[in-house]
Amino acid sequence: MAELDTSGGGHKKGPGVKKGKKLSTRVDLTPMVDLGFLLITFFIFTTTVSQPTAMKINLPKDVQKPEEQNKVKASAVLTIMLAKNDQIYYYEGDDPVKMQPANFKGIRDVILDKKRRTDTADFVVVLKPSKNCTYKNTVNILDEMTIDGVKRYALVDNVSPYEADLIKQTEAANGVK
Amino acid sequence: MPKVKLPRKSTTIDMTAMCDVAFLLLSFFILTAKFKPSDALAVVTPSSVQTKIAPERDVVLITIDKDNKVFLSVSDVNKPQKIELIDAINTSKALGLTDAEKANFSNKPSSYIGVPFNKLKSFLDHTPDEIKPDQLTGIPVDSTNNELADWIAAAKTAFAGGKMNLVVKGDNASTYPAFQGVKNAFMKNDEMKFQVVTNPAAVPVGSELYKANMSRKG
Repeated sequence: MAELDTSGGGHKKGPGVKKGKKLSTRVDLTPMVDLGFLLITFFIFTTTVSQPTAMKINLPKDVQKPEEQNKVKASAVLTIMLAKNDQIYYYEGDDPVKMQPANFKGIRDVILDKKRRTDTADFVVVLKPSKNCTYKNTVNILDEMTIDGVKRYALVDNVSPYEADLIKQTEAANGVK
Repeated sequence: MPKVKLPRKSTTIDMTAMCDVAFLLLSFFILTAKFKPSDALAVVTPSSVQTKIAPERDVVLITIDKDNKVFLSVSDVNKPQKIELIDAINTSKALGLTDAEKANFSNKPSSYIGVPFNKLKSFLDHTPDEIKPDQLTGIPVDSTNNELADWIAAAKTAFAGGKMNLVVKGDNASTYPAFQGVKNAFMKNDEMKFQVVTNPAAVPVGSELYKANMSRKG
C-alpha cells in the first residue's frame, strides 16, 4: 500500500515533557493512482474518437442525351424513394404502383433480398429522395449502400409527378399526415 | 514438522513512483489533446460507417444548418486562398468591398459567408461576433438563383494548382432541397467528387461490409 510517511522522525524526550501521542499519518495513494489512470483513459478516448469521418460521394456526369445514359435492366433495378417522417417506399423494376412501405430498419433485408436474387453485374439501386425527406435519411440510405455492399447505385433528383402522387395516395391510405 | 516460522516481510509497496508515472502520462495526453474551437454554426451531423477521417486543410466547407440555410467557409490554414477567393468574388460581382471588409473574411479565424451577394458588403462590415447565424439568410441555392455555384467557381480559381477538398456538413434535420441545391452548385462547376462529414459509427455485425472487413483482415 502506498505510504507518505509524515510522522515526525524520532521522538525526543524533553525534560519534563509529557510523552505526547504522535499519530502516524500514512496516506494511502492507491485511489490517487486509480483516478490518474481513469483521467488518462478519458483523454485517450476523447481525442481519438472525436475526429469526424467523411463519406465520399461521386456524382455521375450530367448527360442529356438518353443514348449516353447508362442502360439498366428493368428487372434488376430496385428503386427506393425517401418520403417524410423517415418513411421509405420501394418497388422493383419499372412499376411504381406496386410500391411497398418500409422503414430504415427493414430496408436492409429488402436490399439484401433483392441483391441475392439478381446478378451482381446487373444489380442497380436507384435512390430518389423527395422534397420532404431529411438530410439524415439521405446520408443513412447512402451509408446503407456501403454496408450492404451495393456496387452500383444512383442518387436521382426527379421523383416524377406520377410517383409523387402515388406516394401521396399511399400516405393518405395509411393515415400518414 | 519443523517449527520454522518464516520471517514475515512487509508487503507494502511504495506507490509514489506509479503515481508520478500516471500523472506524467496524463499531462502528455492533456497537452496533445487539441480542443477544436466551437463552431459558430451548430450542426448535428448524421453517423455513418465510413472510416476515412475528414480532412482538416485545403477544405472548402459548406454547412447546411437545420433551417436549410447554406454557409460557406474555408479552412483557416489556407489564408492565401481565402484572400484570393474574396478578391475573385469582389471583381466578378463588382461588389466594391474595401480592404478592411475583405480582411474581415480572410484574416479572421473561422469566418464564414452566409448571405446573398447583395448583402455581402454590409455583412462584412460587422465583425463576426456581432452577427448570430440565426439572423442570416444563408447563401441562396435554389434553381433560379444558385449563388453557391459562383462561390465554388471562385474557390476553384483560388485553389487552382493545389488540392481542394469540397466538404459538406449538413444537419440531420435539414431537408433534401438544400442538399440538392448544393449538389447542383457542384455539378454546374463540374466538381463531381465531394465529401460529407459524418460521425463515426460501428459497422453492423453480420452485414456485408462487416464480412468483407473480416475477410480482408483475416
